[in-house]
Amino acid sequence: MRSRLYPVFKYTVIALWACFVAGPFFWAMTTSFKNANAVQGGPTYLPWAQYEPTLTGWRNIFGGAGGVDVIDPFVNSAIVTLAASAISLALGSLAAYALSRYRFRLGFIKNSDIVFFFVSQRIMPPVVLVIPFFYLLQWGGLLDTIPGLVIVTVALLLPIAVWVMVDFFNGIPREIDEMAMLDGCPPFQAFVRAILPNSLPGLTVAAMFCAVFGWNDFFFAFRLTFTEVQTLPQAVVALNSSIPPWWTLSAAALFGVAPLILLALWVERLLSKGNLSGAVR
Amino acid sequence: MNLSATDLCLTVDGVDHLRKVTATFEPGRLHTVIGRTMAGKTTLLRALAGLQKVDSGSLTRAGADFLRTPVWRRDTAMVYQQFINYPHLNVFDNVAFPLKRAGLSRDEIRRRVRQSLASVGLADFEQRKPSQLSGGQQQRVAMARALARETGILLLDEPLANLDYKLREQLRDEFKALFSDQGDTIVIYTTTEPAEAMMLGDVVLVMHEGRILQTGTPQEVYERPATTTVASIINDPPMNVFTGRLEGGQVTVAGFQATHVSPHLADLPDGAYRFGLRATDVSLAAGGVEGEVTFVEISGSETFVHVAVGESPFVVQIEGIHDVALGDLVKLRLRPDRLFAFDEQGSLVRTPSYDLASVEGR
Repeated sequence: MRSRLYPVFKYTVIALWACFVAGPFFWAMTTSFKNANAVQGGPTYLPWAQYEPTLTGWRNIFGGAGGVDVIDPFVNSAIVTLAASAISLALGSLAAYALSRYRFRLGFIKNSDIVFFFVSQRIMPPVVLVIPFFYLLQWGGLLDTIPGLVIVTVALLLPIAVWVMVDFFNGIPREIDEMAMLDGCPPFQAFVRAILPNSLPGLTVAAMFCAVFGWNDFFFAFRLTFTEVQTLPQAVVALNSSIPPWWTLSAAALFGVAPLILLALWVERLLSKGNLSGAVR
Repeated sequence: MNLSATDLCLTVDGVDHLRKVTATFEPGRLHTVIGRTMAGKTTLLRALAGLQKVDSGSLTRAGADFLRTPVWRRDTAMVYQQFINYPHLNVFDNVAFPLKRAGLSRDEIRRRVRQSLASVGLADFEQRKPSQLSGGQQQRVAMARALARETGILLLDEPLANLDYKLREQLRDEFKALFSDQGDTIVIYTTTEPAEAMMLGDVVLVMHEGRILQTGTPQEVYERPATTTVASIINDPPMNVFTGRLEGGQVTVAGFQATHVSPHLADLPDGAYRFGLRATDVSLAAGGVEGEVTFVEISGSETFVHVAVGESPFVVQIEGIHDVALGDLVKLRLRPDRLFAFDEQGSLVRTPSYDLASVEGR
């Protein structure tokens, strides 16, 4: 009996979950094409049939009257996210490789403690971190600049990169590094030539995490930049007013998550093609 | 260009892995290191390769300090027990990897890769990834990579241990041929199997609990095992070692009159000894030492009967399949002319055909 009903049960659960995930997107999508009347006139879902679609919201976010231009914030966000992710991955995989392959000891502090130290940076509430960050950037003259924001974002992403990569490197047999060394590579070359090429799955996953966290950061950008630099989440929030322009907010929100959706689809395709699995047996 | 280890010691977390290991490895010879698992064989190879630091002792190559030479300049190739290849490279690039690091020309690399892949029978597999090969083929790739480098030192750490029995025999035969034209290379090969050690080795080193117990030609080690431990390691099934009394050349075991007078033992003083006797030199008979059957292994061509005589376990190897039940009381006949005699500390006193005076390498 179980075997007959199981698929029904399985697909029902999956369908419900899909609605739960896709629902807000659908809601935002329809709202972004509405005007004030359509939004306030109760819930409607079908364009033309239930409401007249308009491009007002979308025009507003690309510099239309009464809106903002989201292109500059988008570029800022992209620069900060890409730069911080790249730096975090580079530094993070080096640190992770060292933590995976060498044994460090400082009194009672061991490798696992160092890894925990990295990860623990993310345990602290952001509001605790933002004050020292503020003073550090002020001292360095980097408040309200892209480099300043990149440095802070690296501090946030590095723990994730280290954590993911330590775990991944631990899964690659040590004998591969040893063999590379026997085959004539000094340690750093062994890492670059024998380990990194086999770490693509780990690097991809770490890069995705970094990109998502970096892209979605609102709090630090909000506190550490003012007028010169604005990131996309800030721009979206700035659209709000006493009478929320829901259509514009929806369009901006969709525009903001679009890159992440594309990234997720791309990673998903890599995974399903098996490009990431089986690199190391 | 000898590789000489002197008093190598290594203790990790209170466990001794190497205890004063002293050995000389010569170019152009194949040295097999035989020992049970955990005997320190792998640790020794890793120390020679520079992958494992030692606590004390010295290692010299052609008279120069080798311990200070970093791994990547030791001119050493190694084949692991696990099949270790570069997963992201195809077979050709796997073998070419060390040659590229050595800065050889493209043509030379291609020539050597082709040649060594052909010698291990993988000429048609250049474009495959290691994950697309069987275990035996993966190990051949590792062999080809080690051979193509033409290094001064070639280390093989139980390279056949993870292969099935048929393939193991086949590769063992191929290795014999491959190693025979290795020129001036020092080859060191570890194994747990006596047959492998003796078939491949020009020199056999017997290792146990981090020590090298005996070094010699296969014949020397087999015919004159320096201690009871060596005797047990170098024989498969392990040599039966038991305590008995010698009186006037006659051996008594657990109260039983075990043998007639053994001429080669007749001049030894009476007293307690430890005796060694190969499993093939014990048989089930109507009279003799009595014991209880504890275990029976049937391989088809042979039956191995495990018998407990008092405190001493015996293994009896008999041809063909024999129907012996657990718990049966059986009588063992020990061949008196094949007895090895050891003193109570386990050191060799008398062999069936040689005298202690001629035992070397103790």
